[in-house]
Amino acid sequence: MAANSLLRPPLKVVNIGLAGFARDLEARGVPVAEVEWTPPARGDARAAALLARLYASDVVEAANQEALGRFLKAEPVLVDVRPASEVIKGLTDRMILHAGPPIGWERMCGPLRGAIQGAIVLEGWAPDLAAAEKLAASGGIAFEPNHHHDAVGPMTGMITRSMPVMIVENRTFGNRAFCPLNEGLGKVMRFGGNDAEVLKRLRWLESTLGPALAGALRKSGGLALKPIIARGLSMGDEMHQRNVACSSLFIRQMAPWLARAVAESETLAKVCEFIGANDQFFLNIAMAMGKAIADPAKGLAGSTLVTAMCRNGTDFGIRVAGTGERWFTAPVEQPKGLYFPGYSEKDANPDIGDSAIVETIGLGGFAMAASPAVAGFVGAGSAAEALNYTRAMYDITLGRNPDWTMPGLDFAGVPTGIDVRKVVETGIAPTINTGIAHRLPGIGQVGAGTVKAPLACFEQALAAMAEQMGVA
Amino acid sequence: MAHVANRIRRGFYLDSVALMRLSQIVAALPGVTNAALMIGSVSNRGILKEAGLLAAGNEAGANDLIIAAAAGSDKEANDAVARAEQLLDQPQGGGAVAGTRRPRSTGAAARELGGANLAIVSVPGEFAAGEARKALALGLNVLIFSDNVSYEDERSLKEEAGRRGLLVMGPDCGTALIGGVPIAFANLVPTGDIGIVAASGTGLQEVSTLIARGGGGVSHGIGTGGRDLSEKIGALTTLAAIEALDADDGTKRIVLISKPPAASVAQAVMARVARSKKPFVVCFLGARDLQLPANASLAPTLAAAAQAALGGKPAAGALDIPSVAAAARREFDRQRRWIRGVYTGGTLCGEAQIVLREAGERYWSNAPIPGALPERSAMAHSLVDYGADEYTRGRPHPMIDPALRNQALVEALDDPTAAAVLLDCVIGYGAHDDPAGEVARVIPGAARNRPTLVASVTGTDADPQNRAAQVEKLKEAGVLVAASNAEAAALALAIAQPR
Repeated sequence: MAANSLLRPPLKVVNIGLAGFARDLEARGVPVAEVEWTPPARGDARAAALLARLYASDVVEAANQEALGRFLKAEPVLVDVRPASEVIKGLTDRMILHAGPPIGWERMCGPLRGAIQGAIVLEGWAPDLAAAEKLAASGGIAFEPNHHHDAVGPMTGMITRSMPVMIVENRTFGNRAFCPLNEGLGKVMRFGGNDAEVLKRLRWLESTLGPALAGALRKSGGLALKPIIARGLSMGDEMHQRNVACSSLFIRQMAPWLARAVAESETLAKVCEFIGANDQFFLNIAMAMGKAIADPAKGLAGSTLVTAMCRNGTDFGIRVAGTGERWFTAPVEQPKGLYFPGYSEKDANPDIGDSAIVETIGLGGFAMAASPAVAGFVGAGSAAEALNYTRAMYDITLGRNPDWTMPGLDFAGVPTGIDVRKVVETGIAPTINTGIAHRLPGIGQVGAGTVKAPLACFEQALAAMAEQMGVA
Repeated sequence: MAHVANRIRRGFYLDSVALMRLSQIVAALPGVTNAALMIGSVSNRGILKEAGLLAAGNEAGANDLIIAAAAGSDKEANDAVARAEQLLDQPQGGGAVAGTRRPRSTGAAARELGGANLAIVSVPGEFAAGEARKALALGLNVLIFSDNVSYEDERSLKEEAGRRGLLVMGPDCGTALIGGVPIAFANLVPTGDIGIVAASGTGLQEVSTLIARGGGGVSHGIGTGGRDLSEKIGALTTLAAIEALDADDGTKRIVLISKPPAASVAQAVMARVARSKKPFVVCFLGARDLQLPANASLAPTLAAAAQAALGGKPAAGALDIPSVAAAARREFDRQRRWIRGVYTGGTLCGEAQIVLREAGERYWSNAPIPGALPERSAMAHSLVDYGADEYTRGRPHPMIDPALRNQALVEALDDPTAAAVLLDCVIGYGAHDDPAGEVARVIPGAARNRPTLVASVTGTDADPQNRAAQVEKLKEAGVLVAASNAEAAALALAIAQPR
């Protein structure tokens, strides 16, 4: 029998508790890593014990490795743009898909209601916004989360039948995910905008931009997304708050295909102009990609990996691989950030949108180290502090993505695969980079910043997983 | 009416986040009601216009930067714009330091370290089992310093460790010595071929330091926690530690140290000992009738165990007890007949009782060894362990903070029935910086009529406190210093016994 690993030099120690023990060992030249220990599970000893049991479970360990492997093996390709009615099977007439976990009209926040009114008018289900509000309030419209239909949408996340959606195919697993086209800046439906200008732009997306991109993508055979993300990370994007590099790379690669697909030169010019003027155009592509990457892990029994994080402006919801389609929700938090001139925290709507799917796969707030420019949102955020945000996310993730590295962290891979156990254990909430909507419908974006995923979601999920594994 | 100032930088680009941060700084300047630095895109111009920050005739385009400020006066607005330009020209970055971010979980710490093989857990008891369980799942051996861990958790942790081929030392394990490295409360002892498995930390310290002072060395000293040899735990760690040391080529002899185990447990341990080809020294303090296999010998005291492990060689510096005792005796009244032991180490307190028991003496202790009187009596020796739970609840252990023991020591010196005051000084890592100095400090200067002070110092000259220096301090204070705790007890007894 081989000697116990303890007796095989060199001794290397993890110290959990009294710092003096670590100091004495270091003085003897023993390598020590000191844990910055705080009582796990916010001091709930029972939850801490469940946590330890889930850590000790080989079933959970194996399921998590499988789940992380599915994330890392994904091969997402942007393949097409189609009207939602054509590709989202469950999207029926008089149904609106929205961001976040399920919610009824009566609990919806201002921007979400505003966007819904606009979407109703867009679809011609009501003649004007007032009538649309009445229709929505009377129960004449079905509301369902995008996540129930393989889809995601930024901020309010509106998807209705006529809207064009981008399709990202995960070629490793054969699944597809959908996200609408980015509307650009200013007054837009994703921030609750619903006036004539907003609807006019949406109609142009439907009539012109969508078909143009569809033609280009089909001719090109699809756009592989992982390499673009990898380059974007090295160019200062984190794919949530900052997409300027990826948007540029996107138009650079698509321009020849657009030229081949669009016959009329002025139309082509308008399409290029629209994409080129929108630094955040790529966000929606990254989101569809996130959904396509995360979905294959859904329903993997025993896995504590988070497969979705999203917000509807009222509730924050997460899904966990082991519990499949079940939502764990808690009230959303208020983002902290910087505001456009003339606006302040008082104007901010609580956190909203499906965009946290990018953090779910290791980008956005998790890749903050790649994006010194975005560090400004992190309080007094220096670039050096941004590295610490990413380092903190390593503490709550299962692994690193070797395909997506960050120069600022000596090309370490982005922290990937949020583990419910680690979040509850450390009390470190996933950091999400986000835009901030005005709390009133129709005004639009007023700032940007970061927000924490509420720990309560993860604590509920942990309890459910403990029950599933029979350690409750 | 707000006064608005605009300035345009042509062909200038800076990331919008950096611009928003500058905007914030400028907007906070005195007299400024609002300020913004924005690239002059169509949408940004719209935002500035709505905020009342766009001056009439501003022609900036998408490749230009607009610096805009609104203030109570033209001067303030212009000053704000000037300050913004200054900030643009002298970037403030680089000041903040990343700092050293420490890992927040055992998993993260282990990953950072790479190749970790031991976790030391000293968190509050209710969380200790959880932390230990996580460490085991990561493939780490665990030393649980924490107490207040349930028997149920202790057993399940040790079973889990068994399945994974790992060791759980503890709970309530204060001492280990791994490959010459002292862990927690332990001494700097040369490496050698003697392995130790100990349910008592102080026992491990006493034996390992006696071995060191006798010219030997220790391969590994593995702590098991005080309850390991109970019926409920079944010696799971002791058995695993024997297994590990048996397989360790660097270990030639093995010493077992514990209180007397439950009969069934002793049997299981002895069965495992019998399967080994290595010689064992068994020191189950206070055990009377133990069936030992042929490769094991029984040591009644820690000192005897160290001596046996060294092949019978007595500890260095042993005293000639009869002559030292004779010299120490003074003309006392006949009432001075008893030893007052004031201990910091529970196992040392127990060892002293065995010395008294073997001599047929009457003794009482708060940490009794079988044979002790049930009640404290002035007409008997008393040996108090000030490290026992009733003295350490809510205060530091006397090995760390000797205040409580100091007080007991002063009181014992005033006891008219005391012939000798017996005490221990435990040094090494984790212990007080200068326990002998503390003892010397509280002893009243050269009183004629008082009991003789007898002490031992557990430690080595390599320890941070230096044993030789500690011994010197005690001697200078008039304390007789023995080579071991057992010898100190024997000397105290020789002084106290009727002549």
